[in-house]
Amino acid sequence: MTPNGGAADPLLQVEEIHTHYGKSHILHGVSLNVGRGEVVGLLGRNGVGKSTTLKAIAGIVHPSAGRVLFEGRSITNLPAHRLARLGIGYVPEDRRIFPLLTVTENLRTGLDRHGVTTARKKELLDKSYGYFPVLAERRNQFGGTLSGGEQQMLAIARAMMLEPKIILLDEPTEGLMPRMVSQIRDIIGVLHRDGVAVLLVEQNVPLTLDAGQRIYIIEKGVVRHHAPAADLRADDAPIHRYMGV
Amino acid sequence: MQWLHAVPWDLLLIQTINGIVTGMILALVASGLTLIFGIMDVVNFAHGEFLMLGAYIAVLTIVATHNFWLALIIASLGTGLIGALVYVTTLRPLLGRDPLTTILATFGVSLVLQNYALWQFGPVARKIPEPFSGSITLFHLDYSLYRLMIAGLSAAIIGGFWLFLKFGTWGIWIRATTQDRIMAQAMGIPVPWVLAGVFAIGSAMAGASGVLFGPLVGVDHAMGFDWILRAFIVVVVGGMGSLGGSVLAAIFISLLEAYSSLWVSPAQAGIISFVVLILTLLFRPTGLFVATPK
Amino acid sequence: MRDRQPLVFWTGFAIIVALLIASPLVLPPFWARFVTEILIWGLLAMSSDILIGYTGMVSFGHSAFFGLGMYGAAFVLLETKPPSLWAALAAGLLAAAAVAAFVAYFSTRLREIYFAITTLIFSQIFYIVIFTWTELTGGENGLTFSRPALAIPGLFSLRFTPMVLHWFVLAIVVLSYLLLRRVTQSPFGMVLQSIRENEARTRAIGYPIERYKMVAVMLSGLFAGLAGVLYALQNQFAAPNFVFFVLSGEVVIYNVIGGIGTLVGPILGAAFFLLLREGLSRFFTEYYLIPVGLMFIAMVIFMPQGLLGFARRWLNR
Repeated sequence: MTPNGGAADPLLQVEEIHTHYGKSHILHGVSLNVGRGEVVGLLGRNGVGKSTTLKAIAGIVHPSAGRVLFEGRSITNLPAHRLARLGIGYVPEDRRIFPLLTVTENLRTGLDRHGVTTARKKELLDKSYGYFPVLAERRNQFGGTLSGGEQQMLAIARAMMLEPKIILLDEPTEGLMPRMVSQIRDIIGVLHRDGVAVLLVEQNVPLTLDAGQRIYIIEKGVVRHHAPAADLRADDAPIHRYMGV
Repeated sequence: MQWLHAVPWDLLLIQTINGIVTGMILALVASGLTLIFGIMDVVNFAHGEFLMLGAYIAVLTIVATHNFWLALIIASLGTGLIGALVYVTTLRPLLGRDPLTTILATFGVSLVLQNYALWQFGPVARKIPEPFSGSITLFHLDYSLYRLMIAGLSAAIIGGFWLFLKFGTWGIWIRATTQDRIMAQAMGIPVPWVLAGVFAIGSAMAGASGVLFGPLVGVDHAMGFDWILRAFIVVVVGGMGSLGGSVLAAIFISLLEAYSSLWVSPAQAGIISFVVLILTLLFRPTGLFVATPK
Repeated sequence: MRDRQPLVFWTGFAIIVALLIASPLVLPPFWARFVTEILIWGLLAMSSDILIGYTGMVSFGHSAFFGLGMYGAAFVLLETKPPSLWAALAAGLLAAAAVAAFVAYFSTRLREIYFAITTLIFSQIFYIVIFTWTELTGGENGLTFSRPALAIPGLFSLRFTPMVLHWFVLAIVVLSYLLLRRVTQSPFGMVLQSIRENEARTRAIGYPIERYKMVAVMLSGLFAGLAGVLYALQNQFAAPNFVFFVLSGEVVIYNVIGGIGTLVGPILGAAFFLLLREGLSRFFTEYYLIPVGLMFIAMVIFMPQGLLGFARRWLNR
């Protein structure tokens, strides 16, 4: 396994990206990649640039240097809505579901795309309600009235409506009860089973080691360590070293 | 109870209807403004000029075709197109910047449009003839059918737009973009197009109101100014971004002005809306007609 | 290089002032008068810069301050016998200050957009009041009066010829500029700029933003009123159209064209605009505002630093 590689023909390649926020230099050359259908974890303490990495991939923040490649083609400065249509789903930290849209309308924001028949839309919607019965119950409620955990479900379901090839999850278990954390674990399993790649940013180490196949650890805007999850499950010294836990 | 006889009931009724008619047109103008503000935080100083352009396009169309309704459609579409053009050339480049700059830019646009109209059409007011005449009689006073129709049509347009927002795909896109522009993009919604589209729709609504209002006053290059001030007040009093709030606020203010013009001159009645604005800003700055103060 | 900057600045300043002192002596009467007008509008634009350029608050209400300065002076010049210059000055400043206090109260509560609209509405309120209160203000026709003498009782008395007026205006404008320059470079001025950059952060640091904004508005209003008094002196009338918001709009244009946040920029902007108007009006009569408007929009988008900022950057190469 090469330092930057996993699969031979990765779905997503991030090459030495730098980002700035005003005068602050946040990412100092982050490189990673994700293969088709792979679950990759990104660990690190608060403020090291994990969220920023996802935002750079999703097109919400534009790198000041470096490249992002998706299916071999450069997507570095494309606007976020193009990336969503190319197959990149994004679930942000603090969920950000549309508060004044109903649950169904929230899901529809991902469904109403070119080339999706009405039948397929219904299929996808039903599939969502199958995985998340709680959402089915609340389908006509406004997103803002849902609890934290329910909003997290909705945010993930919404991204799934895009039928993406990869889903970027930013700290999905933050602030959730243990019962919901295990639900998130199940969903990641479902996505993996469906062949959707997952790039999981987390501070919850056990969950990440369990769900992930490969793990990157970021510290101060650079990748410091990269190993298969199995290795880290056996010897978690790097985690202590770079995350200080 | 003697004073009850002194109250001019017939005049009050007429003024109530006047207030509602003016209020509905004002609501139509203000809806466009509040929509634009709600979705992209832009205060469109040139909005009144779109009203004026709509009226002038209608003037030209009527001269060619003698058909009021055709003129209404063409003027609305034309103004919408001009709006989209203005958005793409002057507002889109300013999207990330200081909100100060959009105020200045739209102010510049209003200057250019006003003077362009002055240049092309001259200072003499033009007339749009009413599409039909006729009146109904209320309390031995004749009330123009056309005025009643304006109110109805404005209400229909606003209502139609509200339905569009609620049920269509584009309606969802617009609402999602208004609530969270970044996540809307992350969901594949083509936000740049949505913004241009909303600006165009808002401008078209202003253009339509210019056509509807045209027969009641003259059409001249400065007609937009009066409306833009009142529309701003309505938008603030009704809650910026709230369609329903604008309608209520528009009717509220127009009724107040209509009643007071029974006792003071119209110019002085104009101060009423200013006073309402000041009171709103002092006590309930998020809007009088917004459900809960944020 | 840094040490040379003040020297360069003051030398340039001295040269310009010298030129302005000489202008009524060398220019034909029309242009000499034109220069005086530029100075007055420049003062108005400079006062507006305190708000727009330094505090980050766009005001469309400067016509109210200007107009009330004008009318305040007009009243005194009509009522006092013999008409006293200093009383007129005081009255104009007082009137402008009163309006400024009123606006200042609201300024503290409103975000930029609301503030801009509200100031516009205020100037319209004043316009309507002045326009309709004919007994007091002469309504549409305004008030006309004659110039007082430039006199300090007991010491001397000069007639206000165009030349004397020009030097008087020049003196006041130069003093105002120096004063405002001092203020913007003072700690107070620094706080204002910090408010413009990031209001939330400035508040978080602990500054009472409301108070600073209020003072900024009062300062701005006072100097705008001063410009109004000078204008009244020069033209010997006060009219409601100067209170109409279009004037405020023009002031904003001077600011943007010249370069906000520079004090000198707006004066240049006023000069540029007025010269342009003079020039274009030979070809376009009233429609000169179309090319000006287009230029204005282009500058907002491409040259937000204004002419001065552009010149600065070009000179720094």
